[in-house]
Parts: sequence; C-alpha cells; structure tokens
Amino acid sequence: MRNLLRLGYLLPVVLILIWGLVVIIHGEDTLREKTFTLLMFVGMASSLNILLGYTGYVSFGHIVFFGLGGYFGFYLLAQHDWSLIPASLAGGAMSAVIAGLLGVAVLRLRGAYFALATIGINEAARAFVTNFGPFGGATGLYVNFSVYEAYGGASQALWSTFTCLWITALATIIASALVKGSRFGLGLMAIREDEDAAMVMGVKAPQAKTLAFMISAFFPGLIGTLYFFKNGNVEPGDAFHLHMSIELLVMVMLGGQGTVFGPMLGAVTYEGLRGYLLTSPLFKSLHLAVSGLFLLIIVLFVPAGVVGWIRHRLPITRRLLE
Amino acid sequence: MFSHLLSSLSDGLVLGFVYGLAAMGLSLIWGVMAVINLAHGPVIALGMFTTYLLFYQAGLNPYLAIVVVAALGLLFGLVMYGAAVHRVIDAPHLSSLLSTFAVNMIIIGIGTAVFTTSPRNIDFAIGTLNLGPITIPLTRLVAALGAVLMTVFLYSFLYLTRPGKAIRAVANNREAAELMGIPSSAILALSFGLGTMLAATAGAFISTFFPFTILSGFPYELKSFVICVLGGLGHPLGALVGGLILGGLEGLVPIFMPVSWVPVVEFSLFVLVLLVRPTGLFGAK
Repeated sequence: MRNLLRLGYLLPVVLILIWGLVVIIHGEDTLREKTFTLLMFVGMASSLNILLGYTGYVSFGHIVFFGLGGYFGFYLLAQHDWSLIPASLAGGAMSAVIAGLLGVAVLRLRGAYFALATIGINEAARAFVTNFGPFGGATGLYVNFSVYEAYGGASQALWSTFTCLWITALATIIASALVKGSRFGLGLMAIREDEDAAMVMGVKAPQAKTLAFMISAFFPGLIGTLYFFKNGNVEPGDAFHLHMSIELLVMVMLGGQGTVFGPMLGAVTYEGLRGYLLTSPLFKSLHLAVSGLFLLIIVLFVPAGVVGWIRHRLPITRRLLE
Repeated sequence: MFSHLLSSLSDGLVLGFVYGLAAMGLSLIWGVMAVINLAHGPVIALGMFTTYLLFYQAGLNPYLAIVVVAALGLLFGLVMYGAAVHRVIDAPHLSSLLSTFAVNMIIIGIGTAVFTTSPRNIDFAIGTLNLGPITIPLTRLVAALGAVLMTVFLYSFLYLTRPGKAIRAVANNREAAELMGIPSSAILALSFGLGTMLAATAGAFISTFFPFTILSGFPYELKSFVICVLGGLGHPLGALVGGLILGGLEGLVPIFMPVSWVPVVEFSLFVLVLLVRPTGLFGAK
C-alpha cells in the first residue's frame, strides 16, 4: 500500500478524480458524453497495459473481454432485470473467468504466436455471438426504455452510468499502480524481459501470466456493460471491433507502455487527435491515413512512447511520471 | 446429397488454391524475418483495384494485368520494407505489428477516400466447366492454376536462383549469412517484396470472380492467418495445403450447419492447432 503513495502513482489517480468531479459538478450533457468516451478508453488502455506493458504479451483480443463481458452484463440487465452495478460487476467477473480459462491454454504461446491466437479468439468470439440465440444473434439485444425509470428517468440514468464509469476508470488506474508497485508486478516485468530467466529466479510464470490476463480482462467487461447500457443496445459488430483492439494498442504505445500514466495520456491524446481529424474539413476523408502516418512515426522513432521519452530526456520528471 | 456434396467441395477446393496463394505471401515474410505483415489484407485489396483500373482504364485483359500487378506488388513491398519495416526488424514483435498496421491504416484511409467503399466488380467471364454434377466458372479454375504456377515459380526461385538461395540463407541464420557476404538488408527487402507480390497477385485473381471494395482484403488476411497456422508459419508450400484444407472446410461445413457457423469452425480450429502444434500441421517439430 505504501507504494501507492508514491508521487508518480498518485498523479494519474488525482487527475482522473478531479476530471470526473469537474464534469459532474458542471452537469453538462455534451461534456459528459465526451468524457464518457475518453474515460472509457482510459480504462481500456490502462487495463490492456497490465498485460501488454508489464507482462509483454501483445494481445489483439482485448476487445473480446469488452464484448463478451459487456454482452453478459447487458443480457442480465435486459433479460433478467438486474440493476446496473451488479450486472456490470457480473460482466467483469465473466470476462475474468473467460480470461482465466483461455489463459491456461493460450498463454503457453509466446511472442507472435500469442498475438495470432488472440486474433483468432476475437474472430471466433464475434462469430459465436452472432450465432448464439440467447444473445439475440446478429441483431443483438436492446433494453426496454422503461428500465431507465428505476434510475429516475433516462437523463438521470446516463449520469449514474457516467459516475459508475468514472469510478471504474479510477479503479483501473489504481489497480494498474498497485500491480506495478507490487512483488507480483515485479514478477510480471521479469517475465517481460526474459521469461525463462524469470522462471529460474522463482517467478511462477504460468500463474502470474494468467492472473495478469484475468485482471486486465476484468475491467473491459465492466466497461462494456456500462457502455452498452448507455447505448441501450448491443450488437456483435459493435462489440468485437478488431480495429478497436488495435487502437487500444496504439494508445498504450503512444503514451508509453509499462507506465501507469502513459496509457491514460495515450488514450486521451489519440481520441483527441481522432476527434480533431474527423471534424477538420481538410483531413476528414483522410483521417485514417493521417492517424496511420502518425502511428508509424511513433513506432519508428519514439518506441518508448511520450512518457518514456520524457522520462529519458528529463530525469527530473522520473519521480512524477511512472 | 452426394452430388451436392461434390459440387460444394469442389467449389471450396478451387477457392482454396487462391486462399493458399494469398497466405503464401504472409508465410514467406514470416519465415524470413519473423514479421507478421498486418498490411497483408490491404495489399490484396490493392491488387484487386490495380486489376480493376487496368481493365477499365487501359482496357487490359485481366490475365495480362496480373503481370503488371505482380511487378507493382514487388515494388510496393520493397518501398514498404524500406519505409516501415527495416527500422523495427530487430525490435520486439509489437513494433513490427504496429508499423505494418500503420501502413494498413494509411492504405485503407487513402483507398477509402479515393475509391469510396461501394462495391466494384470486373465484368469478365470466360464460361464454365461442366463435369457431371460439378460446375466451375473458368475464371476460378484459371485462378487455381495461376496459384499453382506461382507456387512453382516461387519454389524454383528459392531453390534454383542465387537471390533465392540467399533468401533461404538469411531465413536460416541472418548473422551467418552476413558473414558469408550476403547483403542481408537487400535480401530482406526482396523477400518482403515477394510476399506482397504474392498477396497482390492473389487479389488480382480474386477480383476476376468476386465483387470487392477497398476493405475486401481483410477477410482474406484473416483466412491467411488461419492457413499459415494450419500449414506452418514460414512454409510456403504448407500455405497452399492449408489453403486447400480451409477451402475444403468452407465447402463442407455449410452442408452440415448454417453458413454463418463457418468462421466459428475456422477460428476454433485455428486456435486449436496453435495450441496443439504451433509449428503447424506440416511444420518441423
């Protein structure tokens, strides 16, 4: 716990805390929607970082947990009248369980083989859900509008969802900091540097990797349920975007993999940039190409990401940015 | 029932050759430099669109156009290697995955702006072949033959020519090849070019019988992953066999369950093979 009080870990937590509070006090709908999207990506990128940044396993399937967990939570909400908080927790728990089961099998693979397997899992999950009757097949599920009554009307329901998401994003950042500062996190980073050596030094790699996979899968499931509840419906195409998995990788890379602050910074920057490109008349039709070029430049010339680069250049900031 | 099975299976197998050709490009690049080319799909789509443009703008017969497409594909690969891959060739996997994906985004972005995403097709038919219950459009049969020819070409290149032998040496051990005086950077660029050439040619063949958009390469990219894993990453001939297996599955599965289950079967098989035999069904232990 003492580790969490380090300045570098406190900074992102405090920033998210203030940000959410400002939005809630301000009470404006458009600002809330914008922040919802950003905080969602902050949570997704930070949770991916636990696997990608600390453990060094590249997963293209992070969105699977968003999709499957979200589907499960939404199914409980829409078909079994669960309320939002237990349903989203159940969605997260479901994701973690699936990750645990998958992890036992898939985490035996290393490097590019693992990355390929996660692409396969993503596609298999999408195809499965499209064909799975209880989840509504290709058309998906939707909530009856009357569900919102229980939360004091639709507008109030959106605010409650936002508050839940804000707390989830906070929890993700705290979990990320806790993992990084712990003995468990050190084990993960040892695996990242050299898995065989880590095992020789006494890190129980299979268990540690599976646990990291489960932690990183829990939050997307939760976020997925909240997101689909906010939208009022869920369909397979929305839930399993391979593209979004890759955008998450970009966010983590951009901010700085393996840092607590990096994924958060990357998520906000990437989303901000994309928003700008989509609305600017000059780049509107070329936004994908411009983001691609941007990504290429980062990967080729600043592989440590923004946070890594600043830490390297300005040693003074090392205590502040972790 | 039996004739239905036969025609469905032959349909699948003929397509399987083309899938195999597409996958061969991915497999070659992986085998030589351990890079997974995530721009594989868009390169296939570029092959389709180049054929389309040559057919409608220059009035070129699609089969002649394929020769041009192959040359352009090779050139594109050389440029892409220099611009996006060379710097990250020794970096962790994530870097090369992301840099090739960046190229994917650039191609798709520009392609969408130029061609929009409305479907195109090349209006080109050369009749069908009838063999009892089996009816195969000749365009597909030519494509299958083309895939076999390209495989023969690739193998003769790799085994009979000097640059081909250099590619195999670099794939085997880059440092040792350097010590023997092989310019490894040039050879890596050449292998990457050959990989994109195969992908673009596959795209050109596909465009003669299926409608397509700039996004159409993606399903073939996914199929290529499955095929490469079935046949063993880095074995071009395995890719052709993997393609046949996948094509056969696509022909057989719809007989026993709804068509929409095909991807579930494909990707479950994919993950299963990865787990049980990550070197592929035909790869060395």
